[in-house]
Amino acid sequence: MLLKQTDLFAMHQKYGGKMVDFGGWDLPIQYEGILKEHHMVRKKAGLFDVSHMGEIEIKGEKAEEYVQYLLSNNIKKMAQYQVQYNIMCYPDGGVVDDLIVYKYSPEHYFLVVNAANTDKDYKWIMENAFPGLEIKNLSDDYVQMAVQGPKAQEILQKLTEDDLDSIKFFWFKPELNLSGVNCIASRTGYTGEDGFEIYLSPEKAAFLWEEILQAGGEDICPIGLGARDTLRFEAKLPLYGQEIDKDISPLEAKLGFFVKLDNDDFIGKEALLAQKEGSMSRIQVEFEMLGKGIPRSHYDVEKNGNNIGWVTSGAYAPSLDKKIGLALINRQYSQAGEEIDVVIRNKRIKARVAEGIFYKKKTGSK
Amino acid sequence: MKIPKNLLYTREHEWIRVEEDKGYMGITDFAQDHLGDIVFVEIPELDSETGAGEAIAVIESVKAVSSVYSPVSGTILEVNEELEESPELLNEEPYENYIAVVSIDNAEELKQLMPADEYESFCKEQD
Repeated sequence: MLLKQTDLFAMHQKYGGKMVDFGGWDLPIQYEGILKEHHMVRKKAGLFDVSHMGEIEIKGEKAEEYVQYLLSNNIKKMAQYQVQYNIMCYPDGGVVDDLIVYKYSPEHYFLVVNAANTDKDYKWIMENAFPGLEIKNLSDDYVQMAVQGPKAQEILQKLTEDDLDSIKFFWFKPELNLSGVNCIASRTGYTGEDGFEIYLSPEKAAFLWEEILQAGGEDICPIGLGARDTLRFEAKLPLYGQEIDKDISPLEAKLGFFVKLDNDDFIGKEALLAQKEGSMSRIQVEFEMLGKGIPRSHYDVEKNGNNIGWVTSGAYAPSLDKKIGLALINRQYSQAGEEIDVVIRNKRIKARVAEGIFYKKKTGSK
Repeated sequence: MKIPKNLLYTREHEWIRVEEDKGYMGITDFAQDHLGDIVFVEIPELDSETGAGEAIAVIESVKAVSSVYSPVSGTILEVNEELEESPELLNEEPYENYIAVVSIDNAEELKQLMPADEYESFCKEQD
């Protein structure tokens, strides 16, 4: 199958990206090295091509009502130009996708979804749609870049007259002029650092990419998907297909904060209410390795020789210098301090359930 | 990419430096470059027996898990324990940091390995 290229493909080649097949997209896993890129984002800033993400627009008189019915969080509470993290569920409480919602008005929402789920999501949104809505998959119309890290604002500020301080955490500006390019810009991201996500039309993408790198100089470098994953993991941000999935509910994944069960009806609410009121048998836990080895996604977790679940994500966390993971396990072993075994290459390696061991996010201060 | 002349190479990108009846072995520059940042090394078990081409160690980079295969059959005489604390040494100096010392029980096996020039063309085909 021919891999899809983003409009920044030439930039990845120019900057020495090691290209890989990422869910059908030809994207850079790294440029100079995952660890170096990881530390750049934590200490200075990094530039990401995330154009593979999907964008879906919902417009119409009943848009607010429909988006509220479709998603788990409190859509009606959103103000104009606010952004909100949401879970889209199946009736059984399993997850279709996690996404962020941009509100233009009660008649106009912009949804940003996971790349690999875009077609599935669009189909799901169409199937459940209320009559009279206009729903469009605009994924090909936008390039998405992320500028993340403590110096992200300082760098972008050089390219605009608009005061970036006015964009608060999880808010957006529908028209931000960056080096003469009209962009949608939100203070959001997937790294645990302050930063922005920017949407613009494809023909200006390479130009703005270069402008941002030039403005940042030594303080910024392009970041590949490898560091994107270590950054999001270390900040304990969920990844669809690992922490959440069609068979893992948001409550099991400890995302209950984004699921408003005391609010209006939404798809999956009844099942999630039953799950909450009943006895949830599995729950996500943090753990730290005690023995030698790196936990990785889908490794089995055991207690006294019996399988009690699996690792959803695990890694060497570069900024913490620790081997840690997230696991979905039987609830009875979920107390902090509980010793468990992670099965690594047929060997049981000791680990300990913990709380609060992940990277403390630097977001939200603005 | 560095390929020292005085070593022999495997198709799995290990090197071996023969010293009389034993060999120092590790991974090549090509291997470390393709693995990316190495963050964990499961070193071989001391005194264990290995066949040629058998997995004796595991290297984990940030993105992948890979086995390391013994170039020859023999006994693991020494292991480089420093790699447990500092796995990044394999990225920094892949030829200075051996993984294990293996006894060479059957010198005939060395004929199966590639000299530097042959390994260099082999790498070119791989890229």
